[in-house]
Amino acid sequence: MKKQPGMRESATFDRDVIHEIQRAAEKGIYDIRGWGAKRKLPHFDDLVFLGASMSRYPLEGYRESCSTAVVLGDRFAKKPLHLDIPITIAGMSFGALSAQAKESLGRGASIMGTSTTTGDGGMTPEERLSSKHLVYQLLPSRYGMNPDDLRKADAIEVVLGQGAKPGGGGMLLGQKISDRVAEMRTLPRDIDQRSACRHPDWTGPDDLAIKILELREITDWEKPIYIKIGATRTYYDTMLAVKAGADVIVLDGMQGGTGATQEVFIEHVGIPTLPAIRLAVEALIETDMHRKVQLIVSGGIRSGADVAKAMAMGADAVSIGTAALIAIGDNSPEYEDDYNKLGTSAGFFDDFQEGKDPAGISTQDEELAERLDPELGGRRLANYLRVLTLEAQTIARACGKSHLHNLEPEDLVALTIEAAAMAKIPLAGTDWIPGNKSY
Amino acid sequence: MESYPQLTLFDLNQETLRDLNLQLHNLTDEDAKNSWKITNPKGKHAIACGLKVPVSVEIDGHAGYYCAGMNQLAEVTINGNVGVGVAENMMTGLVRVKGNASQSAGATGRGGLLVIEGDASARCGISMKGIDIVVHGSIGHMSAFMGQAGRLVVNGDAGEALGDSLYEAHIYVRGKVRSLGADCIEKPMRDGHINDLETLIEASRLDAKASDFRRYGSARKLYNFNIDNASQY
Repeated sequence: MKKQPGMRESATFDRDVIHEIQRAAEKGIYDIRGWGAKRKLPHFDDLVFLGASMSRYPLEGYRESCSTAVVLGDRFAKKPLHLDIPITIAGMSFGALSAQAKESLGRGASIMGTSTTTGDGGMTPEERLSSKHLVYQLLPSRYGMNPDDLRKADAIEVVLGQGAKPGGGGMLLGQKISDRVAEMRTLPRDIDQRSACRHPDWTGPDDLAIKILELREITDWEKPIYIKIGATRTYYDTMLAVKAGADVIVLDGMQGGTGATQEVFIEHVGIPTLPAIRLAVEALIETDMHRKVQLIVSGGIRSGADVAKAMAMGADAVSIGTAALIAIGDNSPEYEDDYNKLGTSAGFFDDFQEGKDPAGISTQDEELAERLDPELGGRRLANYLRVLTLEAQTIARACGKSHLHNLEPEDLVALTIEAAAMAKIPLAGTDWIPGNKSY
Repeated sequence: MESYPQLTLFDLNQETLRDLNLQLHNLTDEDAKNSWKITNPKGKHAIACGLKVPVSVEIDGHAGYYCAGMNQLAEVTINGNVGVGVAENMMTGLVRVKGNASQSAGATGRGGLLVIEGDASARCGISMKGIDIVVHGSIGHMSAFMGQAGRLVVNGDAGEALGDSLYEAHIYVRGKVRSLGADCIEKPMRDGHINDLETLIEASRLDAKASDFRRYGSARKLYNFNIDNASQY
């Protein structure tokens, strides 16, 4: 029976809460899922640009150029990354994703002249082959870590955490452990593979500085070293990452996706992307490292507007994960019947951990994975990246900027008090920033 | 004309760590028959890391963190103590520490043999993935934590929580074990284990009998998440 007049739903115990209590009582275990935070959070939607008018000159759309190129990692590395667009593909593991999905990401990124990133589980030959610029992650588990692959990488990303679960490790459930995944991770097949939450051979920023020295020595100081952090105490983490010697900081807000994490963790740990960017940029400015140590921001980037807003707030580039998966086919209505069989629907599917993804993306089931054509997936991702870039350029030109990096906080105003406070951007129509401290 | 192996002396008082590692990285297989002796290491970090040819390198003194890290094929001997993460993520080759080792010795190592003739501190063999580690002395707490593959041999004693959350790594201890970690249990020594152990004892130049050791491994109860096991961790 649908909700009728007079039937009052509790705001505290709404139908989703009641469902979760009933599920917990029945199963006796917390809910695990993929994706990032789904709750409503202060986000880029709460900011708008002030286009040019009398006091600012716009650039002509379709005529005057607006550059998008970005150099990442030129603080210490001999071979920094030169990307055509400032939108990169976030780290996602082979294991969590099918080989076809990883290849799609590599192909799409390469078409657009940007980078993609490995994940827990190591580097696959297909991924290296399909990726013009490949960032190799050094994670606590060190699954598949190999010095030959370090040398093959274009950059190295030391992962401290991710926005969906800062402070947490990971678990790839046994049903997704194929023979190949098991071999790459040096573990028996079909068992749950725990990814540790702490690195095994360093503790704290002083040790990390030495770890980075080792990575630089092994690769003869060629590769940019990224440090990826989940957004929490972002101001201090950024300061410490700079001190530890990062060339690039990757900052992932709580909207950032995951392959499998407890729902309670995803929704209740970490801070949104919006305040995290501001905290990181403040730390970089204070250490005189803004634009010297590049900042890549991820967690809820969906459109060119989001790209432009992140960059106006001080990011050098952004990274996408969830949106990239959607672009290559995740949650496609084409598979609605299959989603229904799993008790869900296109647009809601987030049980990436179960390995039954009808779109062939978050699975190791060969039959399902065959549904994804890497060439088509790559083209779809490239199309999407092209749209993001065009959208960001459109906004930048309207603000009179000939490069996306020329966007600045002054181009933005906030629509809500919360966003104004978190982003330290004035509330629209006022000069009020709660806390009253500007960039 | 036949060439004979040569000894290259490298003084870290006179040249930099960068010069050293670059020269070692640029060695060819032909160069590898020559030996290197490094003097005045003075606790410097990342000495001889990332080697990839079967060269013999002797470090005459104490080394800092990550000495011989990610070693491939090389034979590295340290005539002193080493800091954190000696031979971390080693792939192949031999690393021999004549003194003691700090934490995380051989961490995540995937192959090769690490010999520590003294003691090793906490987390020795943490997350090991195929390396063989032989410690002539004792090891600290949480050693072989989440060990996936390979063998850890301890001639002395082991600290608390040995083999916590162990996967398929094998642990042999001759002395006392302070405590076992979650899912780590004592297992019977069979002929195959004795043979394996004898091979490692010989390769590491340890004066011990395989039959004096006890074997520990995973109970495999935590391999797949089960809510009934939640109290174990």
